[in-house]
Amino acid sequence: MKIFRFRGGIHPEGNKDPTACHPIARLPLPKRLYIPLQQHIGEPAAPEVKVGQHVLKGQRLARHQGSVSAPVHAPTSGTVVAIGDHMAPHPSGLPVQTITLESDGEECWVATEPAVDPFSLSRAEVSARVRDAGIVGLGGAAFPAAVKLDAGNRHPIETLIINGGECEPYLTCDDRLMREGAGYVVEGVRLIASGLGARRTVIAIEDNKPEALEAMRAAAAAHPGITVLRVPSRYPMGSEKQLVSTVTGLEIPAGKLSAEIGVSVHNVGTALAVCRAVRFAKPLVSRVVTMGGGAIRNPRNVVVPIGTPVADLVEFCGGFTVTPSRVLMGGPMMGQVLPGLEAPVVKGTSGIIALTAAEAHAASQRACLHCGRCVDVCPVGLVPLDLAARVRAGRIDDAAELGMGDCLSCGCCAYVCPAHLPLAHLFNYAKGEIAARREAQRKAEDTRKLAEARRLRLAAEIAAKAARRSARSSDNVEIGS
Amino acid sequence: MTSWTPNRSPVAAPHVHGRTAIPQVMRTVLLALLPATATGVWLFGWPALNMIVLSIAGCVAAEAAALAIGRRALAHTLGDGSAVVTGLILALCLPPWAPWWLPLLGGAFAIVVGKQVFGGLGQNVLNPAMLARVALLVSFPLEMTAWVAPQPLFSAAAPGFLESLAITFGAVAAPDAVSAATALAPLKTGGEFAAGPALIALGLGTVPGSLGETSALALLAGGALLIARRIVPWQIPAALLGTLALLAAIFNQIDPAHYAPPLLHLLGGSALMCAFFIATDPVGAPVTPSGRLIFGAGIGALIYAIRTWGGYPEGVAFAVLLLNAATPLIDHLVRPRRYGRLRSGAPLPVIRREDGR
Repeated sequence: MKIFRFRGGIHPEGNKDPTACHPIARLPLPKRLYIPLQQHIGEPAAPEVKVGQHVLKGQRLARHQGSVSAPVHAPTSGTVVAIGDHMAPHPSGLPVQTITLESDGEECWVATEPAVDPFSLSRAEVSARVRDAGIVGLGGAAFPAAVKLDAGNRHPIETLIINGGECEPYLTCDDRLMREGAGYVVEGVRLIASGLGARRTVIAIEDNKPEALEAMRAAAAAHPGITVLRVPSRYPMGSEKQLVSTVTGLEIPAGKLSAEIGVSVHNVGTALAVCRAVRFAKPLVSRVVTMGGGAIRNPRNVVVPIGTPVADLVEFCGGFTVTPSRVLMGGPMMGQVLPGLEAPVVKGTSGIIALTAAEAHAASQRACLHCGRCVDVCPVGLVPLDLAARVRAGRIDDAAELGMGDCLSCGCCAYVCPAHLPLAHLFNYAKGEIAARREAQRKAEDTRKLAEARRLRLAAEIAAKAARRSARSSDNVEIGS
Repeated sequence: MTSWTPNRSPVAAPHVHGRTAIPQVMRTVLLALLPATATGVWLFGWPALNMIVLSIAGCVAAEAAALAIGRRALAHTLGDGSAVVTGLILALCLPPWAPWWLPLLGGAFAIVVGKQVFGGLGQNVLNPAMLARVALLVSFPLEMTAWVAPQPLFSAAAPGFLESLAITFGAVAAPDAVSAATALAPLKTGGEFAAGPALIALGLGTVPGSLGETSALALLAGGALLIARRIVPWQIPAALLGTLALLAAIFNQIDPAHYAPPLLHLLGGSALMCAFFIATDPVGAPVTPSGRLIFGAGIGALIYAIRTWGGYPEGVAFAVLLLNAATPLIDHLVRPRRYGRLRSGAPLPVIRREDGR
């Protein structure tokens, strides 16, 4: 199969060996789990349990609300001890609505629907099961998977691409998952393909994961509709736009969904969750998390109940060898700094990476040399040095005109910058500012419309009053006459 | 140990960084200039070394003074190594036996007028070393064209160390006995173009000329290092030398008696130095591959035009400055196409692939 090359990209040091060589371990059941109601893109889930209530493993704790949302389930059996604010796994450290569950140690499953032959289900049933299981994209974006499946009804899907790229350094959870659960992953892939009505399926795996490639090829051998494709290891291969281009040679037009050009992309971890949800009617209550970075004593992949505090995981992995310079959720290229170890693992947590100061390699900034390395590596085709100069000068509108909105925040520019300029940092700020301005503009427009409506209404009332008065006075005239 | 206190002002991704840093880039450029520097010192003796020391000293002192006046971090900025690179490049472009004030003045001019008045490294429009070279050439045409024949170090005719101090710091110009014309001189004054064995001398550098620009082999070795280490993009030297050679070949075919052959143009003057070390200074060069091709070709064409029809036998510095000035325009006009968009910036049309390819 032909592979297409995408523009730019970098080859960061993988640092995957320390975790990729160990089988996935299982975390002993934590005492307390903190399950945020917002673990996905879209509306937060609405709680439907009360404090003090005993719940069973897999029981729904909060239902989805709105068109883009996902329900949340109990990762173990136990008692709901609190529903309220808890630290979110976000650099701000702001609290989010969280259900605190104290486990009873029984791991007692709720009665689930009987296992069925998943391929006897209709497309709508597959999608409904995926939605009810609370499955979101497990690659990190955490977009509700059922919404993507339903998009296949509006736009016929020609190609389903399964993202086994895992291009972020350090992360190996998808690698281990493919090695150890290839059969289930392939079944999930087939279910997604039938749910979408896709004509062909491509499982794309970077060539730095030969064991995973081998395992997936063996598992997919019996299914002629599935191609396991070896793609070059180049960051950001795992980005949806770049992966679609690599596999199909097509670009997703700006502002459009991949479904509109007949392509849908799902992560391998999502495929496994879909298999569990559709075949065994099990909701998404745990995931594989890579515990990596030079500061972790025993780096490895761990199956973790959703809601486990990061501190429990760190302790399970032997604690820190040195005080880490940064603890990240996600990979080092796009992951975010954790506000504290009491933050919980959520559905989108692919890894917890504790970097030493040497790994984080922070150097002082210098002046931009205009060397153009950032232009060479930008997978979007932006000119980051020009954008950065404008953002620094406060000329956000100029930056928007140069394509700021197209930036993926992949961080390639900042990675190669010999002046160590915080380019991605500046661009995240600018994108936030552009969004805030657009929002302010929308509000101002709404206010203007409301004021205009009020003015018209008042004018109409005055006119009506005047009309009534004149009618009354003419009545009086009639009476008086 | 499972304790960890998060940083109160969190940093955004990426949390890892590649190995490139400006001081390391500058060190590699200095390393790449080493063959040409060593050859120059060997060929032209101790006075050449004096020139290099004075030029670098002039640049570093001027940089330090400018930073002090601007109350900016002295050690941090001097540590980027860019002033040393400018000083060395300037020295390599000067006549090897020039008087002491020429490199000092040139170095100070390069840093103050060429760089710091614009705001320092990365902010300047024009190449500082070339600006200084042009300023010196226009102001001191005699001293700037006082070429000497090579007197290799420790050879019989070579000046000793003390003699070199007299040459550099003495009020007298180089003795007439050793003055000579460069290989490019016939372009302006007429006469035979170098050919055959004389071209081999150009390759080795055993000819009169600027301190570090005579040896094509030494410059090629340094240039190869820069391109292999990806310090400079290959597009600029390739387009520059290609355009120069192509124009020279065309005109040489038309009238070999009037127009010098391509090899003389490539090896005879500052073309190689310019192609690998001067035009590739990122500060004044475009940032896109196609922009760099235009930039290199423009310099190559201008070098040929100035050498052939202009008033000076060597046009490298003028050509670089003119194209430096054109770089913002090139960067404005030549931009990469953005993902998912047409060149105009409009979104790509939605193309569906219905067949099973």
